[in-house]
Amino acid sequence: MSGPDTSLFDIEEMEINFGPQHPATHGVLRVLVKLDGEKIVEAKPIIGYLHRGTEKLFETMDFPQCIPHTDRLDYVAAATNNQGFCITMEKLLGISIPPRAAYIRMILAELQRLASHLVWFATHAIDIGAITPFFYNFRDRDEILDLFEEYCGARLTLNTMKIGGVPYELPEGWVDRCRAVADGFPAKIDEYETLLTENRIWKKRTIGIGVVSPEEAIEWGLTGPPLRGSGIRWDIRKVFPYDRYDEIDFEIPIGKNCDTYDRYLVRVEEMRQSVRIIQQCLDRLPDGPIVARSPKVLRAKEGMVYGSVEAPKGELGYFVVTTEKSTKPYRCRVRPPSFINLQALPAMVKGHLVADMVAVIGTLDIVLGEIDR
Amino acid sequence: MTDETPKPPEDAPVTDEASKAESEAAADVADKAAEPASEPKPEAEAPPKPETSAEVSEKPAEAKKVLTEEEKAAKIAAAKAKAAAKKAEEEAEPKPPWEEKPVPPERKDATDDPEVMALAEGIEGSVLAAARFAGDLTITVPVAKIVEICSFLKTERGFSFLVDLTAVDWPEREEGRFDVIYWMHRFDDEFRLRLATVVAEDQIIESATGIWKVADWMEREVFDLYGIVFVNHPSLERILTWEGFNGHPLRKDFPVEGIDTGAAIYPDVYPSGGGPVVEPEKNPEKGDKA
Repeated sequence: MSGPDTSLFDIEEMEINFGPQHPATHGVLRVLVKLDGEKIVEAKPIIGYLHRGTEKLFETMDFPQCIPHTDRLDYVAAATNNQGFCITMEKLLGISIPPRAAYIRMILAELQRLASHLVWFATHAIDIGAITPFFYNFRDRDEILDLFEEYCGARLTLNTMKIGGVPYELPEGWVDRCRAVADGFPAKIDEYETLLTENRIWKKRTIGIGVVSPEEAIEWGLTGPPLRGSGIRWDIRKVFPYDRYDEIDFEIPIGKNCDTYDRYLVRVEEMRQSVRIIQQCLDRLPDGPIVARSPKVLRAKEGMVYGSVEAPKGELGYFVVTTEKSTKPYRCRVRPPSFINLQALPAMVKGHLVADMVAVIGTLDIVLGEIDR
Repeated sequence: MTDETPKPPEDAPVTDEASKAESEAAADVADKAAEPASEPKPEAEAPPKPETSAEVSEKPAEAKKVLTEEEKAAKIAAAKAKAAAKKAEEEAEPKPPWEEKPVPPERKDATDDPEVMALAEGIEGSVLAAARFAGDLTITVPVAKIVEICSFLKTERGFSFLVDLTAVDWPEREEGRFDVIYWMHRFDDEFRLRLATVVAEDQIIESATGIWKVADWMEREVFDLYGIVFVNHPSLERILTWEGFNGHPLRKDFPVEGIDTGAAIYPDVYPSGGGPVVEPEKNPEKGDKA
């Protein structure tokens, strides 16, 4: 006991729990952050709070029974989840789907991409403090959900595709209503952009935050908008075209500065491209059957296949292993884009402030249903 | 269509179904042969189908009664020609693939694939088997050389992107219980390659985190769900289940309905009802199954 007590002046690192019940974590993400003042020294995401054992459940179910379970993975983008599973199963069983079914699938998937990006826009903006976009986004997302509801009866967990095509014919007048929504959409995107794109606060909060160089992006296995935001023009729809994406004309936007602001611009431009795809699909929508001829009981050969689609969050893959004449997957692995994108979070937030971590979580556009499966 | 199909004789029935026409012609001929002197067939019986009515009315009654051998032969030949023409037409214009019966892909040997040969040349004894199924190339490699092979593929062959890493459980298999699967991508020509390696239950595998950072969480997940230990992994912890969870859920012997947080399998170590690990001697009551 000698000398003055200096403990008050000691610089201490503080460990705090960010989540799992935090509104800015988009669900039940928990991040254990080590702070120096307000600066993040280390961040460690802890996941698994929503683990439901979906992959285990897949092993107990026939192939078509798995489809409703895929809805619950990325629950704001159910249609693309269905599409990924159906494409993988068609690859395994050798089914080729009729063109009308492929076009309906593309329309649904792109509507779903719009809806998912609207949720991202709203939550990302509200995390950073811009509340207004939320109301605009959810107003317009409702129009898309109405289209889904009219088509398949559900708004969120759609279960809207089946192995070999789509289960339902389009309702009467649906094409016109869908076209009206699509045609009106670019003006709405302009409206959102007036709120944020040139907003000084928005720019200050996003430019230079969470920079991932292209090399790092590949190293971290990023896919989807985080990869494209880092300047790599890579999209499963172009690289391994599924359904009929090879017949559609669309662009892949990329970012330049690899930061949160560029990823924002990439997603906004992706919404415009989705509208273009929907319009082209509606123009070209062919007549014909909506489901391919396939046996009543689907039996697979022994083998392993991987099929993937460009989900709104990134590359969503299904890896299915089957045994001879099985009606169930022996193993069905889901390659969730959010899970792998989230892995880059510690590297992206290191040295930033806590408030910037919120921006980075928003820009990664994660959905915990898919991460924890 | 009329240009391609041979012109039928003047009184041959012109029907859509060639086979039907043939059988009808044959039946007609048989009728006439059996009872040539009987009264003309009543008109009501002759047109069972609308398309034949015109033909019957056109035919003169005497011609109908007496059919010469030549006419019979001509009729049958015409019908046969029609059937052949229809078959040829079908062959020329195949049905779209979605109306055909699906043809599942076949597993093919792919040891002569350039990618496989490059790997076999690069590292001695690295390729145990290679197969192609549904367009995906799978190379089976020995587990002891997995890191060497992965780093060769990344640096020499340009597989800079690890898309997925997962495992499959085959409890009954003799050569080893688990398959660890690496699924990698090359950007230059957008090519994907799958490595499979067999890991026995008591075996360990070296971590690929030094090669691809993305393998970190994927290996943690495989460790969590299958219990495969990756050595040299920076922090091999459970990821989807919690610390203290007992068992590995994706193993085939793990019950689908779940267990009572470990008590069911290791009642000595894990108290029933969950909770932290208890030393065996401190846990007097043996855990019951939930």
